[in-house]
Amino acid sequence: MGIVSPGFTGRRRGGTELPPGQYLTRDFPVLSAGPTPHVLPEHWEFTVTSETGEVYRWDWAALMALPAEEITKDIHCVTRWSKLETTWKGVSLDTLLADVETGADYVMAHSYGGYTTNVPMDDLLDGQSWIAYEYDGEPLDPEHGGPARLLVPHLYFWKSAKWVRGLVLSDTEDLGFWETAGYHEYGDPWKEQRYAGD
Amino acid sequence: MSETNYLDGNAAAGSLSELFAVDLTSAIAQCNGCGRTSVFAEAHVFVDAPGMVARCPGCDSVLLRVVTRPNDTYLDLRGLTYLRVPNS
Ligand SMILES: [Zn+2]
Repeated sequence: MGIVSPGFTGRRRGGTELPPGQYLTRDFPVLSAGPTPHVLPEHWEFTVTSETGEVYRWDWAALMALPAEEITKDIHCVTRWSKLETTWKGVSLDTLLADVETGADYVMAHSYGGYTTNVPMDDLLDGQSWIAYEYDGEPLDPEHGGPARLLVPHLYFWKSAKWVRGLVLSDTEDLGFWETAGYHEYGDPWKEQRYAGD
Repeated sequence: MSETNYLDGNAAAGSLSELFAVDLTSAIAQCNGCGRTSVFAEAHVFVDAPGMVARCPGCDSVLLRVVTRPNDTYLDLRGLTYLRVPNS
């Protein structure tokens, strides 16, 4: 007899397992905590600031010159929708951080428009995250975070900062926009870490 | 491109009435970012998000955030210098 509530295990649907408490959607809901920035690629810049204050910069041409990957991943929003096998194109953070001298354990992603979210360094490396600039074969729409967004699909999707403009590396963990307002500092959908304390 | 992804401050009335005994939509709010004062009903309110976010109609700074969790609610008022509420 099962003694574990179905809400606390993955649900199977057509052989596909969803994290607990999630439902499947086929459209792509737009969530925004502010006005949509419209940043032209020619004005776009991405920076990585190390814990010693050294700044590494890429403009759009420099990003395009880096090896890109095709990515197919399931994504899980904390508002309970999940979308399966979404396809993206982008540059791995392994590539972008390869020449950055750092021993930092924590990263704050900063976006055009002021949004922030914190992610441990270990969750950005080893093929786990990208700066994505295409979705479903098309340039990424501004409403979905274009020209480029962070993509960290193994965490709740609020961690995949839209309109990303930089990463600030740190030895200490600071909390981002939603994490300072009651959301979980890590956000593992498979552990249902929606809220601080979950 | 025009921005139509927000509502006005009245959209915040429901969430705020759970927290405050007075109707805040007619309150005067001063933005801590730019100093602008406006009636709270003029705020730009974003609800298609993990929480409710009200922003200054002048500079888009966050005035107020409300995150409703299963057992409690987070209210962040850092973006407000003050709220001026008429005495009843
Ligand atoms: Zn303002």
